Amino acid sequence: MLKIVTTEWKLFLRDPSMVVFAVLFPTILLLVLGAIPALRTPDPNFGNQRFVDAYMSSLVVVTLAFLGLNKLPTTVATYREKGVLRRFSTTPVHPARLLVAQVVVNVIAGVISIVLLMVAARLVFDIDLPHHPLGFLLTFLLGMLSLSAIGLLVAAWAPTARSAGGWATVVFMLVMFFGGVYLPRFLLPDFLTVIGDYLPPGVGALQESWLGGSPDPVHLGVLALVTAVAGTVAAKSFRWE
Amino acid sequence: MAIIEVVDLVKRYDRKVAVDGVSFTVDEGEIFGILGPNGAGKTTTVECVEGLRTPDGGTIRVDGLDPRRDRAELRTRLGVQLQQSELPDRIRVGEALDLYASFYRDPADWRDLLDRLGLADRAGTEYRKLSGGQKQRVSIALALIGKPKIAVLDELTTGLDPQARRDTWSLVEQVRDSGVTVVLVTHFMEEAERLCDRIALIDEGKLVAVDTPAGLVSRVDGEQRVRFRPTAPLDVKLLEELPEVSQVEKHGPQLVVTGTGNLLHAVTSVLARNHIVAADLRIEQAGLDDAFIRLTGRALTE
Repeated sequence: MLKIVTTEWKLFLRDPSMVVFAVLFPTILLLVLGAIPALRTPDPNFGNQRFVDAYMSSLVVVTLAFLGLNKLPTTVATYREKGVLRRFSTTPVHPARLLVAQVVVNVIAGVISIVLLMVAARLVFDIDLPHHPLGFLLTFLLGMLSLSAIGLLVAAWAPTARSAGGWATVVFMLVMFFGGVYLPRFLLPDFLTVIGDYLPPGVGALQESWLGGSPDPVHLGVLALVTAVAGTVAAKSFRWE
Repeated sequence: MAIIEVVDLVKRYDRKVAVDGVSFTVDEGEIFGILGPNGAGKTTTVECVEGLRTPDGGTIRVDGLDPRRDRAELRTRLGVQLQQSELPDRIRVGEALDLYASFYRDPADWRDLLDRLGLADRAGTEYRKLSGGQKQRVSIALALIGKPKIAVLDELTTGLDPQARRDTWSLVEQVRDSGVTVVLVTHFMEEAERLCDRIALIDEGKLVAVDTPAGLVSRVDGEQRVRFRPTAPLDVKLLEELPEVSQVEKHGPQLVVTGTGNLLHAVTSVLARNHIVAADLRIEQAGLDDAFIRLTGRALTE
């Protein structure tokens, strides 16, 4: 199992576009936005916070969405289309291990991406580290797993690698929108913000544990439920060839 | 001794019957060919043997195992080269072999394997940068990495140029000589004729015949043709009178003599007695192509 993970990790590193978007992009975006003086000045519109503070949780959503809804479904669907999964099933190792390895690689890449983001935020803009580290870690993991489960569901249902990419992009856009990536959440109408709180990867809980206290257990419960349901349906309906 | 036994195998997809009552045995240490046109049910047959598909009827034993029930154990004894199965674009050849080797309790030394397959200098190359023939050899290497007793190779040389095809053939012979039983699925006559110890001929899901290549050919009686250009005028009657000869045709300067038995000897004796030399002499014998047409009523080549 370890060898599958290290091999998949190497393959991830050899795909420059993925490394850039999933690992480096949130940090780059923070540095670019933070270069604009208005966005690093406390503003009553942002509840007397700076824009960059309020935007941190959305940058985490970027990482999670790229990994779970872009990299995962396209890689898995391509592996199926090219017969990589089928070849696995002729060996003593079940191809499901390859999918597990994908998720493990995503978790590692996600951790690196977010540590990088935190370090840049702290050093350059003096943004606090998460106030509730444990709650943040838990939300991050549940957010990652829930999006991965949805990503695998897309890969399970899409007939080809190309259509998996297309379907995943639609979900990706929605997640980015509700996650406040395109429009900051304080500009969204209240009901959209509330929907965003409950949708994976749980931007509300990320924000709460970063800037406030412990995340709302109901939000976390919803993420766990999405993970369990989407994961089970994906596992039941997955085609290996 | 039989290492694979297939009895009355039936496999349907929806209502279409893909394999219809196929039976054969494969002996230990031979190259066993499964030959037939595209869509004949060859791949479905071997996929049932590999345990990748559940048969709708019949029994299969592979090295004493039931491919479905003893899946896990079978995987350690059977190496499979699948039709159209690739690797991730950016994986290096050495990494792929190292990875797949880790799946087996007692794997082959992959460096040694690459050496034998002529890929030693490609260990650091990414899969996407390999030629078609090299990809095919990697695929063979992966089928052999677990030191299998049986290797199933499906449409091994499809899409390869003639030189790569011939190189691959000698590899398959090496594999057999190293003691591995080989099941070779192909729709190339020439490949089956050249490589296989025995061949199962499959058409429209049914087994047409199982025999050695020579045995299959001999079913198309022993008819042969001798084609030559006589160096001096020759009375055709002299040939027609021979008991071995059934027909003599003139094609310009060439004579084509059709017959059976020791046709060549009979013809050349007549020529020698008349002090005539046969120039451009060619003997044409019935091949697997003719056998296939005779046995199925249609041509194999698409």
